[in-house]
Amino acid sequence: MSAVVDEHDHHADDHHDHGPAKGILRWIVTTNHKDIGTMYLVFALAMFFVGGAMAMVIRAELFEPGLQFVDPAFFNSMTTMHALVMVFGAVMPAFVGLANWQIPLMIGAADMALPRMNNMSFWLLVAGVLLLASTLFMEGGAPNGGWTLYPPLVLQPITVGKALPFAVFSVHLLGISSIMGAINIIATITNMRAPSMRMMDMPLFVWTWLITGFLLIAVMPVFAGAVTMLLTDKFFHTSFFNAAGGGDPVLYEHIFWFFGHPEVYIMILPTFGVASTIIPIFARKPLFGYASMVWATGAIAFLAFIVWAHHMFTAGMPLAGELYFMYATMIIAIPTGVKVFNWTATMWDGAMTFETPMLFSIAFVVLFTMGGFTGLMMSIAPSDFQYHDTYFIVAHFHYTLVPASIFMLMAAGYFWLPKWTGHMYNEKIGQLHFWLSAISVNILFFPQHFLGLAGMPRRIPDYAVQFADWNMISSIGGFIFGASQLLFLYIVIDTVRGGTGEKVTDEVWEDAAKHGLEWTLPSPVPYHTWTTPPTIVPTEHVLDSH
Amino acid sequence: MNKAKQLFAGLILMALGLGAAQADYTLNLTKGVTKVSNDIYDLHMLILWICVIVGIGVFGTMFYSIYHHRKSKGHKAAQFHENTTVEIIWTIVPTLILIGMAIPATKTMLELDNVAKSDMTIQVTGRQWYWDYKYLDNDIHFESHLDEASEITHRTVGADPRSVPHYLLNVDKPLVIPVNKKVRFVLTSGDVIHSWWVPDLGWKKDANPGFINEAWASVDKAGTYRGQCTELCGRDHGFMPIVVIAMEQPDYDAWVKKTLDQQKQKPDLSDQSREQLMAHGESVYLKNCVGCHQINGAGVPGLIPALTGSAIATGKWESLDGFLRAGTAKMPSFSKLNGKEFAEVMTYVRNNLGNSVGDELQPKQTALPDDDDE
Repeated sequence: MSAVVDEHDHHADDHHDHGPAKGILRWIVTTNHKDIGTMYLVFALAMFFVGGAMAMVIRAELFEPGLQFVDPAFFNSMTTMHALVMVFGAVMPAFVGLANWQIPLMIGAADMALPRMNNMSFWLLVAGVLLLASTLFMEGGAPNGGWTLYPPLVLQPITVGKALPFAVFSVHLLGISSIMGAINIIATITNMRAPSMRMMDMPLFVWTWLITGFLLIAVMPVFAGAVTMLLTDKFFHTSFFNAAGGGDPVLYEHIFWFFGHPEVYIMILPTFGVASTIIPIFARKPLFGYASMVWATGAIAFLAFIVWAHHMFTAGMPLAGELYFMYATMIIAIPTGVKVFNWTATMWDGAMTFETPMLFSIAFVVLFTMGGFTGLMMSIAPSDFQYHDTYFIVAHFHYTLVPASIFMLMAAGYFWLPKWTGHMYNEKIGQLHFWLSAISVNILFFPQHFLGLAGMPRRIPDYAVQFADWNMISSIGGFIFGASQLLFLYIVIDTVRGGTGEKVTDEVWEDAAKHGLEWTLPSPVPYHTWTTPPTIVPTEHVLDSH
Repeated sequence: MNKAKQLFAGLILMALGLGAAQADYTLNLTKGVTKVSNDIYDLHMLILWICVIVGIGVFGTMFYSIYHHRKSKGHKAAQFHENTTVEIIWTIVPTLILIGMAIPATKTMLELDNVAKSDMTIQVTGRQWYWDYKYLDNDIHFESHLDEASEITHRTVGADPRSVPHYLLNVDKPLVIPVNKKVRFVLTSGDVIHSWWVPDLGWKKDANPGFINEAWASVDKAGTYRGQCTELCGRDHGFMPIVVIAMEQPDYDAWVKKTLDQQKQKPDLSDQSREQLMAHGESVYLKNCVGCHQINGAGVPGLIPALTGSAIATGKWESLDGFLRAGTAKMPSFSKLNGKEFAEVMTYVRNNLGNSVGDELQPKQTALPDDDDE
């Protein structure tokens, strides 16, 4: 591909550099990585608000003890759908959107390696999510057995009505979409880098996505297999998970979490990549420990495959299993620690400024680390016999997803939107959004640690009165957090339409061009970029070796 | 440690303008009442303090840097980006801490797992949505349901949970165990996965259908300990609490004797007044039917049929009786109920919940010949 482009002279380039097609068809049939990236991001933001609205229903019902607004089965549907929509509709697509926009720009490629498949994987995602969302309007309601879809509960006619097969086919579509996206990203990274960019010159965001791509290819088929077994157990009288027919419900848990644990790293590794891209620019320093960052990412991805049963310490495993999964899980703290130390060392002795993307990144490092600490606590198997399935774990994984993944997605928005649109966002409103989010997210989730330790199980629509105060505080934090995100929506729309009116430079951020190829392109980035691959790769992190 | 925590919590509460006075809450894990639960508490505190110290170190460094190393203060950025020595140090030190942590954790895990040499065994069966307890050594067997006051309150929009003692954490028949005896629990389920958790005993364990899990507890102190189901098990997952009463041995022995005597009693099949039938029927309904068919008999659209106006519920009582005893693919058999309970609950269902058949059924009509042996 690049060889072909190389043969063009500049005149020929200009001739081919036409803009996007006009009208709605531009979006439906587009194969342009920027258009597809935009669609992914817009779709993810929309789903973020849909999933968020479900969270608001949950927090409203839990505002006070007793029955207020929703029936327990609908409450269970909300917790289930909130998780599925946020994971498969918001966080994962948002990172694929970022990958679509940024990876070609960062590695000097003209587009993704497989542009038509790129289009298809987006539209399959939309189909999958719509199929899932349609269950909300079905007789018997949306799936309500938890996003883990444990049998026999989700197979029970009195629990889940007509929704199960739709949820299963939705998972199939989402899985195909994710695998196609992952193949595309891997193919792009391995084949389409600028000729002078070696693997160890790649920006960390590219590295983390490369590794994430392999995780996706490895585990999405496992999940598809697990839900297909649910389907055949339900409709074709197999007994994979039915003890009466020789099956085992715990088998499902093993298969699910063999997918589920790498899945959580699918949502966090690109987050690490974004943080490793943003922090050096605002610290005006190269990323500390580039090579160890790469190896730590690889180590975390490897460990992701061998720790799954720490989600099942209380499911009934032999002692050797409990001990093995405890030790393996504890080891994750080491590469994760390396990452946190590296970010801290990157800030150390820098010349920091605190624009909105940097504020979100700092909050990410602190709050993700807190989520990591509670993760370490839960790796201690005997202690997990207390923590498991309480609000302590709810607090833990929300700390690793909301002020980590979500915050870094927001940070990425503030960071790259000026590059993409050529407009600067409103810094004052951006900072207001940051402070409201950072404070309210802690009011929302920190008290949940107390609730869990005090004995409140998760996934209950009503609770004993001694849990009332902290639930009320948590709900208040939730409402403020939810409302604050409307500011982000406003800022995105405002920036796209012109923002502050200030014309941003090509670099956007001071000296950014030293750190990444995308900042050497004009702002806004033209519809077609890198039709001729760049010859010099700015690799601030490997200064010495070039 | 606890004082510091409570002070901290008090400060947070005051900051939020709530005042600590009204709060009846705890912030930390319970120490519990068994040796294992105390060991788990110690592990919890140890790892918590390790995290706090590491956190202070990392965040302290970061905030020092954020405060001093800023461009607005004219700080010039250094350009270092590698240091093999510190990278080795911050890989090795956490490894050593983790090894140090793994040793006590392994010891506790071994202890937790050791169900051998127990003094007695109780079989715990989770069912939607109550617990079924069977003492394998002396044939005591009973069901433990959410108490009626909580049952009615949590199903009523706007009802005040604060007026109900131990709201959602109270049962009709608690599990009773002796103190200082190693009680082995074997856990299983009759339908979906449940999980049995009493924080004061230090553990939870899943109750899986078709399989048996084991766990044990030896309680040091007489008292009442409360817990809940912790694995999502359907719409009433939040409403199947656990209450364990630990008794001194003589009290326990007396309880065993009393309970066995009660179990041997035959149900009273004498006639009842309409009011009695309806009142008792409501109790039976609240324990056995309300989880699915709801407090007003409306069922759940698309999932569970309504009893209000139902042809089966309001048809011939003999066929309703047969239907309940047989069960269906969706509904379990209720042959566990005795003739007295059948008469009561059928009278209730046929003359309440929007139905008015107008009949009343007496225990003698509905009793089967073998009903009196339970």
